[in-house]
Amino acid sequence: MTWGVRDLTVDYGAARALDGVTVAAPAGEVTVVVGGDGAGKSTLLRVLAGIPVPHRGEVSRPDPRRIAFVPTGSGTIQDLTVAENLDFVARAYRLRHWRERADRLLERTDLASFRDRLGRELSGGMRQKLGVIMGMLPSPDLIVLDEPTTGVDPVSRSEVWRLLAAAAGEQAALLVASTYLDEAERASTVVVLHRGRVLLSGTPAQVSSSLAGSIVDVDRPSDPSLAWPRGARWREWRPGGDPGGVRPDLEDVVIAASLAVEEGPS
Amino acid sequence: MLAMILKEFRQVRRDKRTLAMMIMLPIMLLIVFGYAARFDIPEIRTAVLGPAADQAARALQEPFDVVEIDPSATAETAETLLRDGDAVVAIVTGEDPTVYVDGTELFTAQSALRRAGALPDDVAVEILFNPDLSTSAVMVPALIGLVLLAMGTVVTSLGVVRERQDGTLEQLAVMPLRPRDVIAGKIAPYFLVGLVDLAVITIVGLWLFDVPFRGSVLAFAAGVFLFLFAVLGIGVLISTLSRTQGEAIQLAIMTLLPQVLLSGMIFPLYSMPPGIRWIAYLLPLTYFTMIARGIFLKATPLDALAFPYLALVVLAVVVFGIAVLRFRRDLAPARSRPVEEVSM
Repeated sequence: MTWGVRDLTVDYGAARALDGVTVAAPAGEVTVVVGGDGAGKSTLLRVLAGIPVPHRGEVSRPDPRRIAFVPTGSGTIQDLTVAENLDFVARAYRLRHWRERADRLLERTDLASFRDRLGRELSGGMRQKLGVIMGMLPSPDLIVLDEPTTGVDPVSRSEVWRLLAAAAGEQAALLVASTYLDEAERASTVVVLHRGRVLLSGTPAQVSSSLAGSIVDVDRPSDPSLAWPRGARWREWRPGGDPGGVRPDLEDVVIAASLAVEEGPS
Repeated sequence: MLAMILKEFRQVRRDKRTLAMMIMLPIMLLIVFGYAARFDIPEIRTAVLGPAADQAARALQEPFDVVEIDPSATAETAETLLRDGDAVVAIVTGEDPTVYVDGTELFTAQSALRRAGALPDDVAVEILFNPDLSTSAVMVPALIGLVLLAMGTVVTSLGVVRERQDGTLEQLAVMPLRPRDVIAGKIAPYFLVGLVDLAVITIVGLWLFDVPFRGSVLAFAAGVFLFLFAVLGIGVLISTLSRTQGEAIQLAIMTLLPQVLLSGMIFPLYSMPPGIRWIAYLLPLTYFTMIARGIFLKATPLDALAFPYLALVVLAVVVFGIAVLRFRRDLAPARSRPVEEVSM
């Protein structure tokens, strides 16, 4: 089963947040939507999750009982304990025999010993993990997660991704918004959004190899408008190609593709 | 310091709702309360009964406003008219002429009594329901409503806003919960706390201020039930209108202030100009005050209080209806869209 949106356009007043976007989220796969601030990631996720946003285009989503949405900031309820948060989800989705699954998920994320801790007393990483567990508890067909690792330490980020992989292993379709390009490498499919449009999409390998021209690693860029810092050095996109080019990673490709749109060369 | 002042000015300028409230509200409050806050009594609703009713009614001058003339009626009718709130003063003519005054209408009763001083000696004056013209007896039943109102509106108004600020509202929208489930869940704990609150403040009020309770407990409970619904509905409605908890509290206070001054709790409703009085009729505390004073002090029967009960039902339904509609707009329309399979 594949969920997703086709030709999705969303306007907020005069501003166009999404412009003819098509994104698929197949079951058993993690689809990551990357893009800068204002790219339209959250709007895309909200529409797919079923949050009322006036839009045009087709949307395919499961029945509400089969969708979970993990908003930015985890969606955990601050005044409830870990156990009570899970209990709330179980009741809202009218789950039966959920405790064993909840226990397993808590054990897997080292949250089992924090069952009685309030949401607001959890660390950022623990809260995010709890948010993902809350999303996974009803075994939904589609889990939509808005930046589940933003502001989370590297160890917790890795644990969150293990959870997401486990959810995909249970045949859920996952659509994950992220600002971290290194995370996109872990996805089955990467969709790069830029100013409300799909800039690139495909497997990480396909996206990485999709760039026209080449990227060079230099001390000082010859054209600053096509260059970006990388550590102490610079990467520069040469649209016409350059024999001295480096093998670009996803970050290079996404930045170069954004520059191509901004600067206009093709 | 300049940096701080400039920052605040810029923030205030962008917070248009607060700015509008700061400028418009004082003007509105001054006008409304200026007309409403009147200790002078322009009219005293008076029933004139007994064999010489016509003659006595003709002799009455302002502020006595004759609302009923019944030559065949007796002192018993006078008490019923006062108990049911149809008149504040009843003059019974005949062998033992008596002026009955409703002691629960404090200012009006005092005004009527001042004028009764000019009556001939053989006319008796009797104050019913609150013979000592005790302020506590009149205020405590209404204050119970005010306390519930303050607690219920403010606390409930924060509920949905907190979800919005925590970012969990959209999650609720995606969960298989209907808007009415969310609202019911939001108000249920406050409803229970409100009932406990009410029981406690009623008992303390009766005991501490020696206020009588002459009517039916069940009738009072029914009034409380409806009033709480209307109050919590206002809280939820405010919650759906506000973006932040600060805004919610501002709006809640805006609904509280008029109820204090316009509900008839302090100033009699019929001393307000009609243009202001209709605002009073939109406020739940107005009807709670009628019900509570009637039941506490006058043992007013249910049928005589049908109007305030009905008004509370209408208010609760309207307010909740709007709150649910607003919630539906925010949370639900996506559910009703047909979900079609997209081939990718």
